[in-house]
Amino acid sequence: MKIRGIGRIALAAMAAWSLTATAALATEVSFWTWRQEDKAAYQEMFADFTKLNPDITVKFESFPDDDYPTIVSTALAAGHAGDVIHTHAYGWLVPFVKAGYFVPLDSASVPSIANMPPDALIAGSYNGDGKLYSLPFASQTLGLFINKDVFAKAGLTPPTTWDEFITVSKALKAKGIIPLANGLGTNWFNEMFVAIFTNPFLGPDFVKDLTTGKTTFKDPRYVAALGKLLELRDYMPPGFEGVDYDTAGQLFLTGRAAMLAGGSFDIATYRGANPKINMDFIAPPSPKAGDPRYVTKFFDGGYAVNAASPNREAALKLVNYMGTKAFGDKQASLLGNISPIKGVEIKDPMLSQVAALNQSAMPHINVVYFRFQKPTGSELLQGDITKMMAGSITPEQLAADLTNGIAKWYPPFQGK
Amino acid sequence: MSDVRRRARFYWPRRRTIWIVFLLLPAALIMSVFVLWPLLSALRLSFYGFNGLRPAEFIGFENFRRVLMEHPFSDWTYNAFGNNVIVFCALMVFENGTAFLLAFALLKALPGHRVHQVIVFLPVVLSAVIVGFLWKLFLHPLFGLVNQSLALVGLPGRAWLGDESTALGSIIVANIWHWLGFPTLVLLAGMQRISKEVLEAARLDGAGDFKLLTKIIWPLIGPSVTIVCILTFIGSFNWFELPYIMAGVSGSPGGATDVLGLYFYRTAFGSTTTGIQDFGQGSALAVLMFIFIAGITVVALRILRRREVQM
Repeated sequence: MKIRGIGRIALAAMAAWSLTATAALATEVSFWTWRQEDKAAYQEMFADFTKLNPDITVKFESFPDDDYPTIVSTALAAGHAGDVIHTHAYGWLVPFVKAGYFVPLDSASVPSIANMPPDALIAGSYNGDGKLYSLPFASQTLGLFINKDVFAKAGLTPPTTWDEFITVSKALKAKGIIPLANGLGTNWFNEMFVAIFTNPFLGPDFVKDLTTGKTTFKDPRYVAALGKLLELRDYMPPGFEGVDYDTAGQLFLTGRAAMLAGGSFDIATYRGANPKINMDFIAPPSPKAGDPRYVTKFFDGGYAVNAASPNREAALKLVNYMGTKAFGDKQASLLGNISPIKGVEIKDPMLSQVAALNQSAMPHINVVYFRFQKPTGSELLQGDITKMMAGSITPEQLAADLTNGIAKWYPPFQGK
Repeated sequence: MSDVRRRARFYWPRRRTIWIVFLLLPAALIMSVFVLWPLLSALRLSFYGFNGLRPAEFIGFENFRRVLMEHPFSDWTYNAFGNNVIVFCALMVFENGTAFLLAFALLKALPGHRVHQVIVFLPVVLSAVIVGFLWKLFLHPLFGLVNQSLALVGLPGRAWLGDESTALGSIIVANIWHWLGFPTLVLLAGMQRISKEVLEAARLDGAGDFKLLTKIIWPLIGPSVTIVCILTFIGSFNWFELPYIMAGVSGSPGGATDVLGLYFYRTAFGSTTTGIQDFGQGSALAVLMFIFIAGITVVALRILRRREVQM
């Protein structure tokens, strides 16, 4: 009896010991991001991951958006950054990769790479060595928001071609409605504004010629597309030079403006700000009827593994999970992101509409190809576009500044 | 006896030295860690090329050559520097000029001068973030107080911060509104130090307000003018918060409000939309700014001190 009792105690002790041992052996992986607002969703997705990998838990840590690059770079330099780092894409990665802070990802360590389309992989790769350093997480689409109620009240239909856009805008203006809500008061958005309206005029052939060194931004196609932007000035808000992107959003949400050039990243924001809004997200006007309706697409960022992480294996497992359909489905439903992962279901009607628009998409040229060295295409374009819209420089001058600036580090533009 | 005296002589200065060192050490330590060390490391980094975020190789004066001589970086440097010069001149004339007249009005102790003194000084206690945000709202092209008021009297509004010709001026106005109280108080304190007898004697000799200001007060407030001028100079060339809040880190529109502080910040800590982080080039800019500000300050102090009239 006594012996049996001792045996039971010993068994219980062993059970307890094995439990605590498992807990003690579990690895905690930290995930660093600037997306504080996504905390609940990520925690749910990480809980799913821990169910599949009971020996790994994930800690969500977020930092202010504006200071994120500085915080991450100093923490990486000091050797105490998170194990998995949420990164932006393209040129953002360059200084981090050059400094050797991220682990190159391949199909052996992260088999879910196979689920990603090639244009998504470019976003997380370093152009210097062609290797992937950050597993892409979402694509963003730039297009035109339409306030359907405003259009219905004015008895108009959303434009599909440039000429229709101008005709509709004139009619809206005559009725006292601001046709296009956008202004030029927010520098980072100005570059997107340019992409939205010029890309349908440029087309994939221009991008091909530009990236293979056959042409530069001085190309007449680019200059002509820039010239089209000048026509928009009459249909933007009064004092548009100083109207920022937030104000543009308010004008659109309150129905004072009928259209807004914007990004799919704001669908959730606008719905949250005005749940009653009856809006649509369409492709910007094409040059003429029958031309393809191009939206602009780019990838927002990805997930990278800290090269100095003591938990590299666990971190790679987590990043691999972040490339699976299970993760992508949750990400689409909880965060409204358009995941690049093949086979992900998008249930939200507006987001699935955006995904359909993506079938005919142009890249965000400066962001995808010309942000790798200083001076970046972005800083050159952002500096000049307000001047061009104010009439102090011509589209030709902007195109020349952009080409000559990028030529500093991009050999195909040199001497052209 | 002699032995005791020798020992006393030996110990006294040593104890005193230890005491002095003990008192100076905290300040010296803080200065070294937070002032000297960053300055020296910025100087060191300015001579290095960066491989991403790590200093890679020693490249001599290459970073300096780029920011001073290579297009488009040099264009941005000179544009920012030119804007700093405009800011300095505008603040000297409009802020300090108004402050001088206001200080004189307050000195005359007209009815209600105490209330006015508080009102003039009040904005100084507000943070630059609040002032910047407030003025951004005032100047908003659609909903702003300025354009709404102009519309009431039938005048057309403008995109004050979006127009290249008015953006920098608008931020300077906001800066004057924010800081006017400070030079006013410094100059007023200087005027109050002038003995009443001097002022009364001048009055008895028939000096009017203009003569009193130009011939008596102006020469006698030399030390206050020196302080105000030097602080305006340093403030103008270190200008950052207001343009950052009101015009953004790129000095929009099209660099019209770009100043050296913004350009340095963008270069050293830039994000993807504004450029690529380059500590080397950023440090070169910081070093140039330091040399310029410190150099001119030393020279200006010498010149201004010489013209001060001792009472």
